[in-house]
Amino acid sequence: MIPLSWYLLFAAALFCIGLFGVLSRKNAVAILMGIELMLNAVNVNLIAFWRYLAPAGIAGQAFAIMVFAVAAAEVAVGLALIISVYRRRDTVAADEIDMLKW
Amino acid sequence: MDPLQIIFFIFAVITLVAAFLVVTAKSLVHSALWLILALFGVAVLYVLLDAGFFAAAQVLIYIGAIAILFIFAVMLTRKDLRDAGSQQNGTWPLAAVLAVVLFAGLFFILSSWSSFGMPKPDMPAGANALSDLGLALVSANAYLLPFELASVLLVAAMIGAIYVSLIKK
Repeated sequence: MIPLSWYLLFAAALFCIGLFGVLSRKNAVAILMGIELMLNAVNVNLIAFWRYLAPAGIAGQAFAIMVFAVAAAEVAVGLALIISVYRRRDTVAADEIDMLKW
Repeated sequence: MDPLQIIFFIFAVITLVAAFLVVTAKSLVHSALWLILALFGVAVLYVLLDAGFFAAAQVLIYIGAIAILFIFAVMLTRKDLRDAGSQQNGTWPLAAVLAVVLFAGLFFILSSWSSFGMPKPDMPAGANALSDLGLALVSANAYLLPFELASVLLVAAMIGAIYVSLIKK
């Protein structure tokens, strides 16, 4: 029998790896990949809490569905933005996209 | 260790190693391929959590749509930064320290929680999680409104993605 702690520690580790990717990567596409890892870690947590603490309830699963939908929307808009920036500025390096810096 | 624990352990290690390679691989195409492996490992954990629907949705949405979209985006934006030079920015040691500190903090908080190591309870008798979920998503006194909002969000994201990436004359 797998205790709840294993899932929570796994999700925490996955989240931290994703956070490291978001903070350390140069390429904007790679930053989005880190965000996907973090969203997955959150989903593992939601499903694990549903299964262990409230298996008769629905809230955890419904929330995970919303995370799926938001992740799909986020990645579609994010990648469209990156491709649009690439067309105009010829770069996808996050530190070179600084038009909003004063 | 019983067989389920061994399966969990193998796939958790595979997922974490793949995730680490996603954020450290030099070539972004390799990163995207490691991302597929990491997402697949998470799908296996959903199966271990008796959430078969989420495992299927994970394979369909994340691996089938999102990961392929990533590969497209990598290939469409591949003129500079092509596997040359460091893929990490200058502050990556700080980011690594922050990630380790966050993990240690989470570990500390979680391990002081009383039901941290609780065993898996049996599913309540007669409950069908999947059909309950489906009914709750379309029932007006449960999650109908968030469900409709999610569909509006997806339409808005689709229109927005097309508009943003349109080539204007």
